Amino acid sequence: MAKYNLKINGKIRKVDIDPSTPMLWVLRDHLDMPGTKYGCGMAQCGACTVHLDGTAVRSCSLPVSAIGKGAITTIEGLSENGTHPVQKAWIEHDVAQCGYCQSGQIMSAAALLKDNPKPTDADIDNAMSGNICRCGTYLRIKEAIKTASKN
Amino acid sequence: MTNIQNMKPVKTTYNRRSFLKSSALSGGGFLLSIGWLSSFKSIDNQSVTNLPPNWNELNGFIKITADNVIKIMSPNPEGGQGVKTSMPMIVAEELDVDWKNVIVEQADLDTKHFTRQFIGGSQAIHQGWKPLRNAGATARQMLREAAATQWQVPVDEVSTELGILYHKKSGKSAKYGEMASAAAQIPIPKEVKLKDVKDFKIIGKSKSNVDIEKIVTGKPLFGIDTQRDGMLIAMIVHPPAMGLKFKAIQNEDVIKKMKGIKDVFPIKIFNEGYEKTFFDTLNFNEVVAVVGNSTWEVMKAQKALKIDWEPIQSSTENRNMLGRKLTVKIPAGLESSTEHTEKLAEMLKKPLNVLRKDGDPEIAFKNASKVIERTYTGPFLAHNCMEPMNFFAHVTDEKAELAGPLQKPEFTEQALSARLEMPLDKIDIQITRLGGGFGKRSYAHWLLEAALISQKVKAPVKLIYSREDDMTSGIYRPAYSATYRAALDANNDLVGFHVKAVGIPESPLFPNRFPAGAVDNYLAEDFTIDSNITVGSYRAPRSNFIAAAEQSFLDEVAEATGKDPIEFRLDLLKKAQEKPVGKTNDYDPARYAGVLELVREKSGWEQAKSTKKLGVSAYYCHDSYAAHVLDIEVKNGEPIVKNVCCAIDCGIVVNPDTAKNMAEGAVIDGIGVALFGKMTFTKGVPDKNNFHTYRMIRMNEAPKKIDVHFVQNNIEPSGMGEPAYPPVFGALANALYKATGKRFYQQPFMDFMG
Repeated sequence: MAKYNLKINGKIRKVDIDPSTPMLWVLRDHLDMPGTKYGCGMAQCGACTVHLDGTAVRSCSLPVSAIGKGAITTIEGLSENGTHPVQKAWIEHDVAQCGYCQSGQIMSAAALLKDNPKPTDADIDNAMSGNICRCGTYLRIKEAIKTASKN
Repeated sequence: MTNIQNMKPVKTTYNRRSFLKSSALSGGGFLLSIGWLSSFKSIDNQSVTNLPPNWNELNGFIKITADNVIKIMSPNPEGGQGVKTSMPMIVAEELDVDWKNVIVEQADLDTKHFTRQFIGGSQAIHQGWKPLRNAGATARQMLREAAATQWQVPVDEVSTELGILYHKKSGKSAKYGEMASAAAQIPIPKEVKLKDVKDFKIIGKSKSNVDIEKIVTGKPLFGIDTQRDGMLIAMIVHPPAMGLKFKAIQNEDVIKKMKGIKDVFPIKIFNEGYEKTFFDTLNFNEVVAVVGNSTWEVMKAQKALKIDWEPIQSSTENRNMLGRKLTVKIPAGLESSTEHTEKLAEMLKKPLNVLRKDGDPEIAFKNASKVIERTYTGPFLAHNCMEPMNFFAHVTDEKAELAGPLQKPEFTEQALSARLEMPLDKIDIQITRLGGGFGKRSYAHWLLEAALISQKVKAPVKLIYSREDDMTSGIYRPAYSATYRAALDANNDLVGFHVKAVGIPESPLFPNRFPAGAVDNYLAEDFTIDSNITVGSYRAPRSNFIAAAEQSFLDEVAEATGKDPIEFRLDLLKKAQEKPVGKTNDYDPARYAGVLELVREKSGWEQAKSTKKLGVSAYYCHDSYAAHVLDIEVKNGEPIVKNVCCAIDCGIVVNPDTAKNMAEGAVIDGIGVALFGKMTFTKGVPDKNNFHTYRMIRMNEAPKKIDVHFVQNNIEPSGMGEPAYPPVFGALANALYKATGKRFYQQPFMDFMG
């Protein structure tokens, strides 16, 4: 067990935990933040995507001991009330079907637009191909990213 | 303004007893009943005391507040098919309210108030259409009567608009909320009037998914998000191979000493002799449960567990498949896919069970000028819902509280009741949003496992399957094969058609579907091969394979006759329309032709077919019709789908943008499964256990563009969850042929791109 002061969504959160615990489970089990989803546990599906210092990372494969002073942003902290341009675009395009993968999709998309505000189709494909959607909402995701890129 | 003159009267039959009876018998006699009577009783009943005091319960579907907020309970589980939005839209339409004022809530399992509260067969909208409309219309009628009484005017002079009652002559008006209490005292009308389709204001206008804001902000909507005070986390370990069973735990003491671990023990899911129903499928009846404080601690213990397994013996299992009694053979042994392939091929050489025979197929083939014969195969498939299987349970001696994602809550509740020996009224199941279902969540042994674990540890428990547990615990799309033969006469007319289909362990055949009815000499045979690999419904069960085979074959037959593949199908449909063969054809040839004609027009087929690599396919299942044209090219051995044109006839389109989303999803999922989907076995062990080996379609492999067109008609609506899916496979195979010159007979197609 080890104590960590984690910077999550702009606040310091204290946990006393097994250092090998992936951030995904720290968020879900210990900090009551279930927006970040479990999908595969091996960084293959992107459902657990969060930002570490603004970069999209797969929290299922990121042990809490590796965070250090890094700032974590989760879907709960992306915006105050769902008003991030990506979230608004997701609503505008009514992207979701089952919705389970969408918080990971949104976090990947938000990180993409931060680095590359006007992505091409190929840029979007590259950035988003780590996120699986079994319902098949990829074209709406792409359109929503393009809408968000205009804002 | 909803004009009374435009409305059609329908009888409201609300006798609860007859509803329960007919529903239980056939599932078809419940159209006019929503359990209004029982809910009306509850106005004076203690059961309403847990509702906010200002809510007046009008019936099982509708509640109206004094400040005119309309709350509609969505009865069916939501798994991405959009019914949590579209079912309340239907109620709101007939209630004649402003959709902006409607609050939708997910109903818990409540068989007293709701019928057919499950996901399956794309039937929610199809079967819910009349009862949902009647529910809305009945509430509206009672509000009008209440207003008429209060205003002392004839009820026919009371009109409604956007949740407001009007008496135009006197200038009186009242919000629904103001009349809600009085309306609740009005006897249920014997007859209500339904709107004319042309007066619809909500149905046919796209409405956003009612949960979209919660989804994009990460609110806890899913079963796996369930949290309770004192809740423990549980996982299970099942045998590593189909054909093995639990023997003993080797290192119980070591595991129990691991940090955060509370207990480890085996559980038996069903008691011996229990007659399983349709949805009680499971492979491993005894699994080891490990319970602890947090998911990561339990995952570590799960990996550290050492367990002895032993081979199963051959057995038989009595099943009650929705009233049809079956004895299923479960063979012993560790099965491999190579043997499955051999068995399928071997069976196809033998005469099988004849399900339909028209004319004299033998003579037709004997006298044919040309016979075409092709064999198609499809592998086992894993469902891979993005939310792994999970369930919350808190079982005490007095009651059982459950929460989670479930497609068939009513059936699972019965199984749990039998296992816990607890009456149904002591069991509460809260239905959460499903992170995908696709058929997998029709079978819910994980619910029983969660309940048994909770009972044993005497605490609330959330059971989570790891992705590996989810992918390797059984319940797959069956493996199938089918041989098709076509007999052409000297004029290149199709005079004989023969299909033979086998499956492990389920046949994919629908003997009465097209082209049955369009060919004078027709033979359909099938066979089921026993296996200890467990299977279950998978988005558009059976159709998802047989449509691929049939539609690929028809493309090849069309080519052999020298006809355009759309024209070839339309000629057959014309014959089925004008001079149908047999009386049991289960499709409407005119509607079938309608989607083909629409897709031909919208895809620009005639202009583009000689220059582009186009593939067409059409299919009818689950009461809707769909046709697709795919436009592809192949670059560096990888197919690129440039454009997809879909034509769909699902009757009245309740929520067009969601219906479009469903078709887009079906196309993308279908292309992914056709190209990559495959589960194989080596000595009973599933060869794939996570997404690093089980390839799923990703954004860069999705079509560049999908256009969806709906046939405009006033036919009662049918579902969109499945029908657009089966024709994707054949359209892709046929387009691949145009692009590569090669026919694709075996799925997944990528294995044969070479």
